[in-house]
Amino acid sequence: MDLANPTRFMSFSGRLLPWLGGACALAFAAGLYLTFFVAPDDYQQGATVKIMFLHVPAAWLAMMCYSIMAISALGTLVWKHPLADVSARAAAPIGAAFTFLSLVTGSLWGKPMWGTYWVWDARLTSVLVLFVMYLGLIALWRTMEDPIRAGKAAAVLTLVGAVNLPIIKFSVDWWNTLHQPASVMRLDGPTIHPTILWPLLTMALAFTLLFLVMHLMAMRNEILRRRLRTLQLGAAGTRVAAARPQAAE
Amino acid sequence: MTRLPPLAFGTWPASWAKAPERHGLVSHGNGRSKMTRKQRRMTMIAAAGGVLAVAVGLILVALNDQIVFFQSPSDIVGKQLPDGQRIRLGGLVEEGSVERGANAEVRFAVTDTVESVKVVYVGLLPDLFREGQGVVTEGVMKGDGWFHADNVLAKHDENYMPKEVAEALKGKGVWQGEE
Repeated sequence: MDLANPTRFMSFSGRLLPWLGGACALAFAAGLYLTFFVAPDDYQQGATVKIMFLHVPAAWLAMMCYSIMAISALGTLVWKHPLADVSARAAAPIGAAFTFLSLVTGSLWGKPMWGTYWVWDARLTSVLVLFVMYLGLIALWRTMEDPIRAGKAAAVLTLVGAVNLPIIKFSVDWWNTLHQPASVMRLDGPTIHPTILWPLLTMALAFTLLFLVMHLMAMRNEILRRRLRTLQLGAAGTRVAAARPQAAE
Repeated sequence: MTRLPPLAFGTWPASWAKAPERHGLVSHGNGRSKMTRKQRRMTMIAAAGGVLAVAVGLILVALNDQIVFFQSPSDIVGKQLPDGQRIRLGGLVEEGSVERGANAEVRFAVTDTVESVKVVYVGLLPDLFREGQGVVTEGVMKGDGWFHADNVLAKHDENYMPKEVAEALKGKGVWQGEE
């Protein structure tokens, strides 16, 4: 299907959204049930381990969202795909929200377990940098009036910031940190017991669906916003164009 | 290249879905095809990304001493630390080393199984603090050979399991406890 055409994208996403929304609600219902009524307490951490079911999916989505923005940035710079910038711009506030959620839940988890809300170790600091990157990108998009110029500048900055993604992922392996090493995505398999792992993966699925729903909705809004802008510019331009020869090919 | 407003539907380039070369030939009669320009942009981005990755890599390697959160006993034993320099010392609480004194004073040893450093701390300990547990202590190495900590953080490992499973594993001797 040719989704490059925004009109087709609008009708396709319009039909897809109710199904995605329903799937998301179901996944959250299942995930929250598993979290609170099925998953056992951890042998060391007791019930505080429940924070993990929010913290870990939020952190994963924070990184996945930035990966999607980096791919979109390539689409903007290399293929000049019109939906690529729409996708990146729509994703940024969602990514910032997920990063914020993972920072806050991590902090609330850190106090009872580690004994501190915050330390400047490599993992926590690199995630804070990711949060600042999101805010910087949102600001950059808003500083420039012309969406094409703004999109190009933001795409370059997005790609520069992508260097942070492997740093976040491997910070716990490259340096010693207060944050423990990876539990799920590691070469020798997860170190989480299945009774805790499955609820976590269900919550991760629910978070992913939530991201997709919000991203599609934000993309649709961004397309409508740009259509409106084009219409307004067109209305203003017809008077000017009559007096000036058209430069377009 | 013409600056088309994005998503200006009146002037939507019809060639998005069609052969990109055709679009290139139509808009640029200079013999350079669209594919080459795309490949050139991609090569430029890849090259810039490579340079950036190498630069960041070098910076991180150079700053390694600042980025590590704590030093292990092996790092500080035998090294002459400047008097009064605050450091973080991390490792496992040595089995059988914890002694509780008066006024919430705790003495224990932090070990990395090679070297071990004696630590004295006054204050509340995190819930996870116990023998064999990973900790990070913050403080000063004094001339009396004790590390005077004013902050103790617990470090938990990457294993999560229900209590019953942990006990069963311990019972079978398969699993030796944390870390």
